[in-house]
Amino acid sequence: MAESQGMTLLSGEDDRARLVLSGDWLPGAREDSFSQLLPMLEAQSLQEVQLDCSELGEWDSLLVALLLQLKHYCDARDIRCDTSALPPAIERLLQVASSVPTHQRPASPGLSFTEWLAPRRWLEPVGATFSGFLGFIGETAVAAGRLVVGRANTRFTDFLNFTYLAGPNALGIIALTSVLVGMILAYLGAVQLQQLGAEIYVANLVAIGMLREMGALMTAIVMAGRTGAAYAAQLGTMQTNEEIDAITTLGISPIEFLVLPRILALVVMMPLLTLYADLLGIVGGGLVAMGMGITPFQYFATTQEAIGMTQVLVGVGKSVVFGALIAIAGCRAGINSGRSSAAVGQAATEAVVTAVVYLIVADAGINILLQQLGI
Amino acid sequence: MAYGSRVIQSDLSFDIRRGDVFVIMGGSGCGKSTLLKHMIGLIKPAQGDILYEGQSFVGADAEARNRMRQGWGISYQTGGLFSAMTLAQNVALPLEQYTGHTKAQVADIVAYKLALVGLDGYQDYYPSEISGGMRKRAALARAIALDPQVLFFDEPSAGLDPISSRLLDELIVQTKESLGATVIMVTHELPSIFAIANNSVYLDARTRTMIDYGNPATLRDHSEQAVVRQFLNRELEQTHE
Repeated sequence: MAESQGMTLLSGEDDRARLVLSGDWLPGAREDSFSQLLPMLEAQSLQEVQLDCSELGEWDSLLVALLLQLKHYCDARDIRCDTSALPPAIERLLQVASSVPTHQRPASPGLSFTEWLAPRRWLEPVGATFSGFLGFIGETAVAAGRLVVGRANTRFTDFLNFTYLAGPNALGIIALTSVLVGMILAYLGAVQLQQLGAEIYVANLVAIGMLREMGALMTAIVMAGRTGAAYAAQLGTMQTNEEIDAITTLGISPIEFLVLPRILALVVMMPLLTLYADLLGIVGGGLVAMGMGITPFQYFATTQEAIGMTQVLVGVGKSVVFGALIAIAGCRAGINSGRSSAAVGQAATEAVVTAVVYLIVADAGINILLQQLGI
Repeated sequence: MAYGSRVIQSDLSFDIRRGDVFVIMGGSGCGKSTLLKHMIGLIKPAQGDILYEGQSFVGADAEARNRMRQGWGISYQTGGLFSAMTLAQNVALPLEQYTGHTKAQVADIVAYKLALVGLDGYQDYYPSEISGGMRKRAALARAIALDPQVLFFDEPSAGLDPISSRLLDELIVQTKESLGATVIMVTHELPSIFAIANNSVYLDARTRTMIDYGNPATLRDHSEQAVVRQFLNRELEQTHE
């Protein structure tokens, strides 16, 4: 005899056993489960299991769930399971639950260790990502070409809407980050320059740092998190709602209709936001400089001497590239998104991570190029 | 019922008896799903109350409402399955949240509930990996996980082929009978209405109120409102009385 809280397996003659179910089977009343019954069943070689419900009290799904597992176990081993003593309601439920055979998920082909290590396995996804990126750039370039000759299905109102969303709506957060970055640059320079008695050059450091590098880069990082992720989420949700399918079957290119206005909006707004960030960064640096005893007049006069149109254009030029890269990363992640809420979340994450990687790589590349050109 | 100052339906008053299969019906845009959302507490009525077993639902505090909701199973129009969770995790969630079952017991019940809706073996699938009809059935499995006393369905058969729709109807009836539950559903699938419902309310979009209430088969033949008879007989011309 084997026993759990509410079930007892009584061994009989001729490889028969009787499973006595007793008491109430309600939530919290007991801890019985099929995993407890399994060792009792496996301990003996059975031909038949008879169910005895004479001592059974109230029950709910827990009991039926256990009996279903028992039925599956018996069916798989050609053990006869006599359910005639069950209450009719349980028997009916068991019939419904067993009416459809259990689905067997097709096994995915396993990889041997050498296959797992094979460089091809790792390089293929990288290659696919790279070719996908190039393909997207190509499609976007073709769409841009059609826009230039006036044949693209790109709506000007969409462009204006995205410009508004990417521009004026972002001024607050850009202002905050730029002032703080300007202050950080000034503090960083002050620590070193004070040792040489050259505090006034903090103005040069902040101005050149903001104009050439930090203004464009920090604006781009903020916009990647703000607008790039929003693009991915919008397009991902449209993919989930089959809106992109509808656009495609209407004979309209989703790249022209959805992607191009977003890219153009960011490409137009990024230089303006960068100039705004440059200005506020210089103001932020000025606040720190004043704390070091430099007058505002001295600070801005030195700044004016330090900067030239080249510095401004370097930052603005970078911002155009950054804007395009952020929009491409966001739109590509959104267009390629899966059709579930989790996939939209993944697309937004992918958009930000990809954009930041693109930004750093592009910034490094542009800086090397500018150095080689002596700019 | 209103969204801001826009009144959707007013002067709604009807009773649902224990064990009923109650259908909320009416033309598109009349506020059927909105009424269901009021009944399950997702939207607060602009005026009035909803009583469950004589207890006010609208006036109850959050804790009391959650207690009432534990006895309900709800299946939403698009399933409402959590896409980041497998089917097993979806069905297990209410069991883990509200019962003291052990992990092994939860696994047994999950397998049983999925088997009831013909999805045994799909435990490890994500909602995105299965068809729309299977998602509807999985949503039903989650709705009945806690052996609810009241089952709410928002357009359970919408988008399903006639055979899947019929199977789902049978499943709803079997589930209701085995649980002894009351079923409240929004639908305009006439075969479903006549196959399983024994009580109904008809919401009219034009007058923005209920214009008839009762057994749908009786309403089809004997309703005093022509629009109700036309709706239930699938007649084209609609004249309002």
